[in-house]
Amino acid sequence: MSAPVPTTHAINVRPYLIVFGTLLTLTLVTVAVASLNLSESTTVLVAVSIATIKASLVAVFFMHLRGEKPMVFWPLGLTAVLFAALFAFLLWTEGDHLFGTKFSDAFGSAPKAAPVEGGH
Amino acid sequence: MDALPYTTEVRPDTGLTNPKLGIWLFLASEVMLFGSLFSAYALLRTGAPFWPDQSATLSVPLATLNTVILISSSVTMVMAWAGAASGKLSRYRLFMGLTLLGGALFLVVKAIEYSEKFSHGLYPSTNNFLALYFTLTGLHAIHVIAGMVVNAYLLGPGTRMWTRDHLRFTNRVEIAGIYWHFVDVVWIFLFPVLYLL
Repeated sequence: MSAPVPTTHAINVRPYLIVFGTLLTLTLVTVAVASLNLSESTTVLVAVSIATIKASLVAVFFMHLRGEKPMVFWPLGLTAVLFAALFAFLLWTEGDHLFGTKFSDAFGSAPKAAPVEGGH
Repeated sequence: MDALPYTTEVRPDTGLTNPKLGIWLFLASEVMLFGSLFSAYALLRTGAPFWPDQSATLSVPLATLNTVILISSSVTMVMAWAGAASGKLSRYRLFMGLTLLGGALFLVVKAIEYSEKFSHGLYPSTNNFLALYFTLTGLHAIHVIAGMVVNAYLLGPGTRMWTRDHLRFTNRVEIAGIYWHFVDVVWIFLFPVLYLL
């Protein structure tokens, strides 16, 4: 049995408020960048990068990963590898046409100017 | 030995309490659950000859509002834990209540979004994008509801543990918080992927 642990202790909440402000700012940046009509690849890169930064901030500060014991990181590391494998498979099969999506309306009607695809 | 050992004291071989290791193992499986749907989205989108203009099909302002709500509820959740850890019951109750309110507001906005889509004849069967949109956001909403049930318990009958075993109660709030923040993390990726790209 380990030594008794004090049941209450003061918590410095200032880092949480700073992270909160950063998350809100990054959300607005994401929306602003998406409205700039940049190329699809640039928009995807920026949006996913900002989302990754936001998720990391939440994980490190709110989920207390900062200073967490090594045992937590082993299953998370394995998960990261398997998650990456899912998308590696995608790159393997679809890597030659990841971008250049032709957009339609909500019901899937092809835009009038777009060339009609031939049957396979 | 207790029926549930190592709920407050650290287990020597892992360096963690059992609930802490348990929630992270559970969340690892959740990452793969959502990961499989995200990869299905990417596969279907890159393989489609035409794809609906997502930002024109869905409501970006409502989704932005929901992002702000969920991020806010994440910070109130961690503030609730801080209140519990520092022994301030009224502070804990205030922030846990605000977290529940955030979850409820998120679901209300999501219900408005869904009803708008249905009123325009947009259903999961309309196209692959909407099928993925409703599956991903529906699964996420179920996770929000599950988190709210746990948080409501910790705000109501669960607080009986506050005086009986305060450290264990604080650990429960932290574990519920880790789950709630994960729900926030999932939305952080859903927002740009479904609404902005």
